[in-house]
Amino acid sequence: MTVLTVPMAEATPAGTTRRARVLRRLRRNPLAVVSFVVLALVAVVAVLSPWIAPYAVEQTDFAHTFAPPGTPGHVLGTDDLGRDVLSRIMLGARASLQVALLAVATSLVVGVPLGLAAGYFRAWDAVISRLTDLLLAFPFLIMAVGLAAIRGASLTNAAVAIGIAQIPGVIRVVRSDTLRLKSLDFVAAAVVDGASDLWVLARHVLPNATSVILVQATVAVPAAILGEAVLSFLGLGIQPPAPSLGTMLATAQQFAARAPWAAVLPGVVIMGLALAFNVFGDALRDALDPKGDR
Amino acid sequence: MSRYLITRAWQSALTLLLSTVVVFLGVRALPGDPALALAGEDRSPEALAAIRHHYGLDQPLPLQFARYLGRVAQGDFGESIRTGVPVSSMLTTALPVTVELSVLAILIATALGVGAGVLAAVRRGRPAEWLANGLALVGLSVPHFWLGLLAILYLSVATGLFPASGFVPLGDDPVGNLHHLVLPAVILGTGLAAIIMRQTRSAMLDSLSSDYVRTAKAKGLRPRAVISRHALRNSLIVVVTIVGLQLGGLISGAVVTEQIFGLPGFGKMTIDAVFQRDYPVIQAVVLLTATAYIVINFLVDLLYSVIDPRIRVAGGAA
Repeated sequence: MTVLTVPMAEATPAGTTRRARVLRRLRRNPLAVVSFVVLALVAVVAVLSPWIAPYAVEQTDFAHTFAPPGTPGHVLGTDDLGRDVLSRIMLGARASLQVALLAVATSLVVGVPLGLAAGYFRAWDAVISRLTDLLLAFPFLIMAVGLAAIRGASLTNAAVAIGIAQIPGVIRVVRSDTLRLKSLDFVAAAVVDGASDLWVLARHVLPNATSVILVQATVAVPAAILGEAVLSFLGLGIQPPAPSLGTMLATAQQFAARAPWAAVLPGVVIMGLALAFNVFGDALRDALDPKGDR
Repeated sequence: MSRYLITRAWQSALTLLLSTVVVFLGVRALPGDPALALAGEDRSPEALAAIRHHYGLDQPLPLQFARYLGRVAQGDFGESIRTGVPVSSMLTTALPVTVELSVLAILIATALGVGAGVLAAVRRGRPAEWLANGLALVGLSVPHFWLGLLAILYLSVATGLFPASGFVPLGDDPVGNLHHLVLPAVILGTGLAAIIMRQTRSAMLDSLSSDYVRTAKAKGLRPRAVISRHALRNSLIVVVTIVGLQLGGLISGAVVTEQIFGLPGFGKMTIDAVFQRDYPVIQAVVLLTATAYIVINFLVDLLYSVIDPRIRVAGGAA
């Protein structure tokens, strides 16, 4: 299925479709290209990490604990149990992306239909807005605290807490874009033509709202990555000995005096990941902006 | 104006009530029978029934909820399972720390964010803008607890400029209090500063290209005066809005920051409670956070309907 269709009301000059224009703008933006390449590389490493990591993540070596970076055999050193830091970072990044994708998918699956309904059906708007207010009142960390109390701390519960906390943002952007699209002629034409509400939403509104959803998702992913790191750092997310960038930092804090470098690397990776997503998200938003090159 | 405020007040009250329902039901969803936990040694059916009766657990759910609301309204959140200390008195010692930390963080973030945002808008397309934009992106992407770790490692431990952890109450020693809170507040404020900077920049760009700014320039006002008296004034509403919207993030951030710097605030109390399965404390923390969010956002709405007449007109017409 094509992600971006050419809507009648937003038709561009002959010969260039909107999608081609967006891609061209992205290609011409060096920051977009660099961040995309970084993300693609990270994605490949994350997917393949169980096979390409130099050591098994849980393989301890008590004869070589706290090896500094550059040690032969351990490029990024070893931790308090002699486990290879590079391997753990690779699998930790994989876990970060897993949580982020799960969280964002959760927020989209719940938020997009609710946003469409709130924007399209006036009667539903008030109810859904109250739900949004209610969700906003529970910050993700507090939500995670509650979930951890009820269901225990785990990767899934961390992702669910982050995802629930991101639902209001999705509802808001989808709702306002639906309101905008609803007032456009091609939607009115479809309604006059006798199309059902569901058909109009699925065929006309949703496809045209994909760009705002896409932008929302690209800013939600880095937020989720940071959220996972925080939760795992506090012990509310991924549980040791499973590798996670957040838990690596929690361990590093305990041994910071002995191995300060251990507190630097996982953080750099988290920041790099989030930064690449944020830069790409900014570039994507600019490229999709119909107002053109601002 | 009054109609808008009444609608907003009604909505806030409803959200508040719903959030108490969520917290109440959430506690009922906890694993384990509370009567069994409270019973201790004597687990005979009679003893359990007596406990259920004593705590009202044998009552219908709506009645239990009404009683719960009544207690909460009087500030009675029960007692900590671990220490037996009333949760309300734990809150009275913990909350001032967190409130002070958050207020400091908001002040720092506003100063940095507005300053950098104005600079980026005025110096459009020049290195100052790129620098400000780049810093804002980094501020959005950096895990703050990690910045905190690095700050402790390289600023506190290495140079001794700041204490690595601990807290002195404001009343005992104001200077020592600030000394302990500055570093955590800066760390907590960085993310907020980045968001404020980005919004201030785009609001400033909008107002700088508006008619009233052109008029102000045309009548010969100095650029500095145009920026501070006309453009910036309109952008400040952005800051008020963001602080309201980002309050949730700020609370989450405060929890982590307190944990790292060992500040005896609300956040530390929360995390300790989770690991000790201290349910009355968790319940109070969740409810209080929701209440704070709802009340403060209502106040923010009030505040900017006072600042910006356009909002009350639009809101009243809806």
